[in-house]
Amino acid sequence: MKTILAEIRPALVATLVIAVVCCGFYPLAVTGIAKLAFARQADGSLIVDKHGVIIGSSLLGQNFSGEGYFHPRPSAAGTTGYDATSSGGSNFGPTSQKLADSIRERVAAYRTSNGLAADQPVPADAVTASGSGLDPHISPANAALQVARVAKARALPPEKVTTLIASNTDRAAFGLLGVDGVNVLKLNLALDAIK
Amino acid sequence: MRPTDWLQLGLFIGILAAITKPLGIYLTQVLDPAGKTWLDPVLRPLEKLTYRLMGVNPWREHGWKGYTFAMLLFSAVGVLFTYAILRLQHLLPLNPQGLPALSPALAFNTAVSFTTNTNWQSYSGESTLSYFSQMVALTIHNFTSAAVGIAVAAALVRGIARHSAATLGNFWVDLIRSTYYLLLPICLVFAVFLVSQGMIQNFKPYDTAKLVEPITLPVGTIDAAGKPSTEPQTITGQTIAQGPMASQAAIKMLGTNGGGFTNANAAHPFENPTPLSNFMQMLAILAIGSGLTWYLGKTTNNQAHGWSVWAVMMILFVTGVLTCWWAEAHGNPIHQAMGVVAADGNMEGKELRFGIFNSSLFATVTTAASCGAVNSMHDSFTPIGGLVPLFMIELGEVVIGGVGAGLYGMLVFVVLAVFIAGLMVGRTPEYLGKKIHAFDVKMAMLALLVLTASILGFSAWAAASAWGRAGLNNAGPHGFSEILYAYSSCTGNNGSAFAGLTATPADGDSHYNVTLALAMLIGRFLMIIPVMALAGSLVKKNIAPPSAGTFPVAGSTFAILLLGTVLLVGALNFLPALALGPIVEHFLMLHEKLF
Repeated sequence: MKTILAEIRPALVATLVIAVVCCGFYPLAVTGIAKLAFARQADGSLIVDKHGVIIGSSLLGQNFSGEGYFHPRPSAAGTTGYDATSSGGSNFGPTSQKLADSIRERVAAYRTSNGLAADQPVPADAVTASGSGLDPHISPANAALQVARVAKARALPPEKVTTLIASNTDRAAFGLLGVDGVNVLKLNLALDAIK
Repeated sequence: MRPTDWLQLGLFIGILAAITKPLGIYLTQVLDPAGKTWLDPVLRPLEKLTYRLMGVNPWREHGWKGYTFAMLLFSAVGVLFTYAILRLQHLLPLNPQGLPALSPALAFNTAVSFTTNTNWQSYSGESTLSYFSQMVALTIHNFTSAAVGIAVAAALVRGIARHSAATLGNFWVDLIRSTYYLLLPICLVFAVFLVSQGMIQNFKPYDTAKLVEPITLPVGTIDAAGKPSTEPQTITGQTIAQGPMASQAAIKMLGTNGGGFTNANAAHPFENPTPLSNFMQMLAILAIGSGLTWYLGKTTNNQAHGWSVWAVMMILFVTGVLTCWWAEAHGNPIHQAMGVVAADGNMEGKELRFGIFNSSLFATVTTAASCGAVNSMHDSFTPIGGLVPLFMIELGEVVIGGVGAGLYGMLVFVVLAVFIAGLMVGRTPEYLGKKIHAFDVKMAMLALLVLTASILGFSAWAAASAWGRAGLNNAGPHGFSEILYAYSSCTGNNGSAFAGLTATPADGDSHYNVTLALAMLIGRFLMIIPVMALAGSLVKKNIAPPSAGTFPVAGSTFAILLLGTVLLVGALNFLPALALGPIVEHFLMLHEKLF
């Protein structure tokens, strides 16, 4: 019994001391260093317009549906999609009727809006929801299929739009890690900046 | 399956192999109370002060009972500490969003979840928890539950290495030294690296961005009469959740905790911004567990044994990665028949920047270890792709495994493997010169059977109950997979999910939260207690010199035997359940059957 009581103080004190060190000192130290060295990233890589208004984060996707904009991936975040307080995927499994129905509709809608033939294969990322629902990227193949629509709506030469895609593509790290992705928000902002 | 993906796989395993020895050497210094490290000038005074405040004599060692008791008491204090903070969240500071207190069942589930190193999330981080709850109530367990795992593994290794002795080390010293010398300094550097990649670290209230293109969407609502209807709604802003994320994400990976700051966990672009941050996070998950195999070899003075155990883990790991990757790259024939590019694979629930390969690799890493962070939604994997993480958990997470937990889990299998070898040749089984007797084998079997009983028992109960089926997001065999995954994940202290399952339903039913919490407690402590009893039994034995009849615990014969034991136990226990879930679903998918 005496040995049992003897361990109570260490258990309580260890919890408090570790809370101070690992939950007080440690996050504050990281915050301090981050503020000094990487302030932009630590604050969410926010994009601000010329009036100083926050218009998004370069890491987070936004919804776009206009003819003159590139469209992001479908999103399951929140009830409206791209809700950055409610990240998440659809969590529909491979034999889900709901998922199959959504994909069928999205394939048809993608072909219609981009003027594609009825048997044209559609890139997977264009018709599937991402894990976070905030995926900022689309595949280069998906972007290429949207060029004609965007160029027409903006009365721009398609080559000009294609150049912008290339300059707003985040490349695989060291040409090795990960996959090339076109940042939709940055690309659409670059398009808006032309006029 | 692109050539660059093969290169990434080779690079990943190569780097993991390369850091195993340096980390193992460092672990040897950390887990020796008199060990010298290069951080001594800074940390030694803090360590000494901590012992003084605790009233602990660092040189007084515990026997197995004392060690286990101290560990259980410390964990109990931890559960209460976190439960209290979550219940009082609305009164505590650092709550700029004014979030309310958690319900008792949810607070209990979450407190148990983090204390047991599971980090199952019945809540959605950004909409449920204040910064204070994240930073204190949860982060403390990210450190301590990892340190407890390392401590238990160290105690077992000492039990194997020492002979004719009674004590296994001082729990408090192992806890404090693992936290201060190992976890804290690595996390400090790692967290800053993660911020450099784009991870957030701040205490701001949530920002609101003015959308570039306001968008009008039909939004499903439920009117006063309870009828669902859709109304067009114009959205002009995007609320961006903020918070001290990097400091928590660093330890969630290194400590194989896995609890996400956000609901989407490491799929969220803030929580895993780039392929490089992804690569480093995967390495962090396996780093300490891998180093512990070297510590095993060093401490037992048989480095070939340590590497043989590591090699068995890697064989299982690579097999898992290749299977999952193959299945995801082949994608879903149902969707391909609708016009989706077949070469793109299964992208539902995956982030584009990671693609098929890094999503499959991450899923295998996080379940081989008991991490449970996810960078893609396992629920939306193809049946075979989803079977891999599920089976990895059910093997007992002994493929590198959780920090500490993976090693002591694997050593239980080692004891069984030498026992089986002894039966085959008709000799008393020996492990590193120690005779393995009935008590030792009973403790090893108990540790394994408890896990199996918890997974299958709770899954059967939930599948047969209305409350169990009410939480499902998918029908058909996939629904059963969601249940099986939940109890496997919680019992295995993993914490990843087939996340369609709703454990906290709107009607307040608490069956899931309570049973999942029980599964976590069983999987953690009813495994540790027999493991510690095994350590206590082994430490007392004397060592017989090796003879011609001694079964070697290094080399290919041992490796094959160990591999066979792990797979056989896993398959015998779980194949029937897997056949009802992912395996039957695979064949139904090939026949384009939908639910």
